[in-house]
Amino acid sequence: MMTLVAKRLLQAALMIWSIGTLSYVLMRLLPGDMAFRIAAGRYGYDNVNLAASEAVRAELGLDRPAWQQYLAWLADLVRFDLGDSLVSGLPVAHEVSHLVLHTLQLAVAAFACAVLLALPVGLFAAFRAGGWFDRCSLVASAFLRAQPVFVIGLALVLLFSLHLKLFPVAGFNGSKYLVLPAVSLALVMAAVSSRVIRHSAVGVIRSAFFDFSRVKGLSFAQSFWRHGVRNAALPVVAFLGIQFAGAIEGIVMIESLFSWPGVGHGLAHAVFNRDVPMIQAAAMALGLIFVGLNLLVDIACYLIDPRERTEP
Amino acid sequence: MTRRLLGLRRGQLAGLVLIAALVCFALLEGLLHGADPASQDLANPFAGPSLSEPLGTDQYGRSMLARLAAAVRLSLALSLLCVVTSATIGVAMGVVAGWRQGLLDKCMSLLLNIALALPGLVLVLLFASLAPGSFLMLYVGISAVLWVEYFRVVRAITRRVAASPQVQASRMLGFGALYCVRRHLWPAIVGPVLTLAAFGASASILALAALGFIAVGLRPPTAELGLMMVELFPYYNEAPWVLAQPILAVFLLVLGLNLLAGGEE
Repeated sequence: MMTLVAKRLLQAALMIWSIGTLSYVLMRLLPGDMAFRIAAGRYGYDNVNLAASEAVRAELGLDRPAWQQYLAWLADLVRFDLGDSLVSGLPVAHEVSHLVLHTLQLAVAAFACAVLLALPVGLFAAFRAGGWFDRCSLVASAFLRAQPVFVIGLALVLLFSLHLKLFPVAGFNGSKYLVLPAVSLALVMAAVSSRVIRHSAVGVIRSAFFDFSRVKGLSFAQSFWRHGVRNAALPVVAFLGIQFAGAIEGIVMIESLFSWPGVGHGLAHAVFNRDVPMIQAAAMALGLIFVGLNLLVDIACYLIDPRERTEP
Repeated sequence: MTRRLLGLRRGQLAGLVLIAALVCFALLEGLLHGADPASQDLANPFAGPSLSEPLGTDQYGRSMLARLAAAVRLSLALSLLCVVTSATIGVAMGVVAGWRQGLLDKCMSLLLNIALALPGLVLVLLFASLAPGSFLMLYVGISAVLWVEYFRVVRAITRRVAASPQVQASRMLGFGALYCVRRHLWPAIVGPVLTLAAFGASASILALAALGFIAVGLRPPTAELGLMMVELFPYYNEAPWVLAQPILAVFLLVLGLNLLAGGEE
């Protein structure tokens, strides 16, 4: 188990380093002289002159060679000093920590909806494999998977906000605003995972050990509960790790569509404004969420499947 | 499911037909219709379908037929470029890493771990912010995301094949590595790689549309499917059929590629 954690920690460190490096390149690529830009941010564009920018340059060491500045940039990262936003001037870490909370709120709600949708649909399709429900759920899932996340969100907005006027279009002000973004994310996640659940459950039901437990006299429900659930759960949970990548991409889209004040929306905005410290922090936050979720998946697989434990 | 044509299942065949139809539509429009997708006709916004404008016009009176075909061409070209690049890099690295394990394999796996630590779209966004509105950066970013899958799959297959008795026999008979790769490895790789290629193409089409949709991809007046959706959304009440066109185009493209990839698995 410790090796799992260590592996993911190493991955997180590598991820932070690569984003930091990319952001540093980004910073160098911004148009204009960096010292002038920072001086303008401090004193206002009307009050910048050569002396002020030279003072800034000397103070921040902007005349050092590029590799020294790169090391300084990384050293700041190690101290968790993410810098100030180029747009608002506030410390980035503070802003992003706000955004992360909103993103997690949306993600948890969406995940709960997705489980509520995918589990019954997947299991019912598996119990009647090849039946009309199975085929309908296949078509529905193929239909949902063939569109970008934001089109599903748009369709929900058109239907529930503009026509039925049940939910607000976008924004953030209470639980009513959570419904549409969470449901659109959940639909996308459930479209894939309901099929995965269906396949692994069918695999278990058709297996020899399941037949044997039926033959020895257990009812279908008993054998599924005793022998089926754990075996069927493993591929589903393992697949979650892959699915979370899609879910985070979905979060970026859905947050932008619904103006949800989360990290994804923040990242899209920062990219639009070329606000490098903000880009760096938001991308790192999403990366850390992603690696953290994968760690949870690893641990869940470890707990579900005892076979992995004996061979270290 | 038993009848096969070109070795494809029924669903895959449907996908192939769908994609072929879209390619024909995009190319024939360029050849026969040939209107400028950016030329405006402000006196004629949201014209209904007519003989000269079979798909109507958008908010600036631009021909939707020309814009849609240009956007589909752009999406297809980008996905083709990305898939070819990422498949070449991914397969080459996968074969090398799987065949000659050891230090090289370790280094490449480290690279893989970095790439896997970030959701794809976030990486594309980072690249897109390097040079906003540039097609080249989107291409590099999307390819940088897609190669991972090829590498993982090909490396796993190569490791299995390289350890197989058939390859050992070939090696002992004195055949070189190149022969073994061509004779034993290539046939095992080709199927999975083609499946991945179809999924990769649909992923890159979705990514392009997604970036356009959140306004960090290509810039107007480029005809791009995601951009067209954002631009037309405010006019939903006046012209829902115009908004439906880019949405339908993305849907058909992605559905066709997903079907071609083999639907279920």
